[in-house]
Amino acid sequence: MTNSTAETTASAPSEVTIEKPAPPKRRWTKSRIVGHLLMALWCAAGFGIIYFLMVRNNVSFNLNYSDSFPWITSVDLSAEPRFLERYGMKLIDGFIITLKLVGLSLLIGALMSLPLTAMRMSKIKVFSAISYAYVYFFRGTPMLAQVFLIYYGAGSFTDELRDIGLWWFFRDAWNCAVLAFTFNTSAYQTEILRGSIENVPKGQWEAADAVGLPRWLIFWKIILPQALIVSLRPYGNEIILMIKGSAIVSIITILDLMGETRRAFSRTYDFQAYVWAAIMYLVMVETLRRIWNRLENRLTRHLKR
Amino acid sequence: MNEILVMLSFGPDGWGDQIATGVVLTVTLALASLPLGLVIGLILALAKKSSEPSLRAAADVYTTLFRGLPELLTLFLVYYGGQILIQQVLSMVGIVHFEVSAFVAGMVALSLVFSSYASEAFLSAFRGISQGQYEGAHALGLSRFQTLRLIILPQLIRLSLPALGNLWLILLKDTSLVSIIGMNDIIRYSNMAARTTKEPFLFFSLACLIYLVLAVISSFGISSLEKWTKKGDAQK
Repeated sequence: MTNSTAETTASAPSEVTIEKPAPPKRRWTKSRIVGHLLMALWCAAGFGIIYFLMVRNNVSFNLNYSDSFPWITSVDLSAEPRFLERYGMKLIDGFIITLKLVGLSLLIGALMSLPLTAMRMSKIKVFSAISYAYVYFFRGTPMLAQVFLIYYGAGSFTDELRDIGLWWFFRDAWNCAVLAFTFNTSAYQTEILRGSIENVPKGQWEAADAVGLPRWLIFWKIILPQALIVSLRPYGNEIILMIKGSAIVSIITILDLMGETRRAFSRTYDFQAYVWAAIMYLVMVETLRRIWNRLENRLTRHLKR
Repeated sequence: MNEILVMLSFGPDGWGDQIATGVVLTVTLALASLPLGLVIGLILALAKKSSEPSLRAAADVYTTLFRGLPELLTLFLVYYGGQILIQQVLSMVGIVHFEVSAFVAGMVALSLVFSSYASEAFLSAFRGISQGQYEGAHALGLSRFQTLRLIILPQLIRLSLPALGNLWLILLKDTSLVSIIGMNDIIRYSNMAARTTKEPFLFFSLACLIYLVLAVISSFGISSLEKWTKKGDAQK
C-alpha cells in the first residue's frame, strides 16, 4: 500500500514521459507448443473433412494456363453433388421435423410443468409425492426406454385403448414421440422451475406480505420474474438437451434429421450423410446457444454493474 | 400373474438371465467409460485454465463439438466413421478385414461426451480453489506436479463431486444408446423379449425400473463418497 502511494506521488508532478517497456517476447513454452500442435490437428481434421466432402461430391478445379501475363486465364469449378441432389432436401425436411418435434414438446411440456411444480411445492404430502415420483421416473430413466415404453408398450393395451377410442393416437409413431418427449421435458422443466422459485429469498415474500399484496400478486409480480431470470440458463440447456435427445426418435421410424440421415446412409453407404447431419446439428445447437447468451445478457443487464 | 413370473424367470423359458447379462453389460460399459472420460476431462480443464490462448482454443473446440452433437450421432460417427478410417489406414498396410467392436465404439463415444461435460465441472471446481493454496504450496517448495497431486486434486475431487455425480447418472442413461448399434444391453434384451412374448409394456417397464434402481444405487454411492470427501470438514 505504502509502496504504491509513494510511486504515485513521485510520478505525478514530474513531466517526464514514461515510455512503456516493450512487451516481453512470447517464448515457445511447452504449453504453447502443445496448444499450437493441437490446433494444427483440429485444422487438419477440419480440412480433412472438407477434402472428404469435396472428393465425395467430385469437386474439381481446372486451371487454364496461358503463356502471357495473367498466366491463369480462368478457373473452372465443377462438382457433381449426386448425394446432395438426391438427399439434400430430405435432410432439410428432417431438420424441420426435428425443430417441430422439439418445439411442440417443449411448449406442451412447459404448460404441464406449471401444475406439476405447484403440486411439487404444495404442502399436501400426497401431491408433492406424486409429482416427485413423476419427476424422478422421467429423469432417472433413459429417453430411449421412455419412447419404447410408450410406443411399443401401448401395444400391450390395444384392446383397452380401442375401447376408449385412443388407439389412433398411440398407433402413430409421431404422437408417441411427442408424448414421450413432452413427459420427459415437463419433468426436467418442473425441476428447473421449482429450483428457481425456491432460489428467490424468503425475504421477498415477507416484504411483499408486509406491504399487503395478495399472494397471487406477490407470486406473479415479484417471485416469478426473479425466478425466471435465474432459470434462463437451465432452460437454455434444456432446449439444447432436447434437440440432441430428439435424435433417438429415428429409431421408431420417424424421419427427423437423424432418421433421414440414417436412411440416406443405409441406401448409399456414403458417410457424408453423417457429416452433413453433424454439421446441421452443430449449427443448430451453436446458434441457439449464442442467441440464448444474447438474450440472457439483455435480460440481466439491470443486474450488472 | 403366473405367466409373467415364468417370463421373468431365470431359465430356458424366461428372460431373467438375458436381462441380467444386459444389466452387467450396461454397468460394465458405464464403468469402462468413466476413467477415460475423467482423465480427458481433467486434461481439458487444465488446458482451459491455462494462460496459453491456443491451448484454450483447442480445448474449446473439443467441448463445442462433443457437447453440440447428439450422443447418438457421436456414437454413429465413432462406430461407422472409425470403421472407415481404420479400414483405410489398415488397407495401406495390407490388412483387409477389420471390425471396430461395438463395445469399444460405445466406450469411446461415451467418454468423448462425458469428458466434454466433465471438463466444465472440473473447471468450475478449479475456480473454487483459492489462489492462496497455490502460493502456500509454492512457499513450501512443492513442485507444480506435487502441488496438483497433493494440494489441488484432493480439493478438486471434493468440489466437483456433486457435478460429476450428475454426469455419472447421465452416462448411465446414455449407455442405452449402444443397443442401437447392436450391443446386448438392457434395452436390446427387453426389445427382444417384448417381440417374442408380445408383452412390450411389461418388459420396457422392467427396463425402466432397472435403470431407476441403478440410479438409486448410484445416488447412494455418490452421497457416501461425498460424505467421505467431507470427513475433514466434520472436525471443525
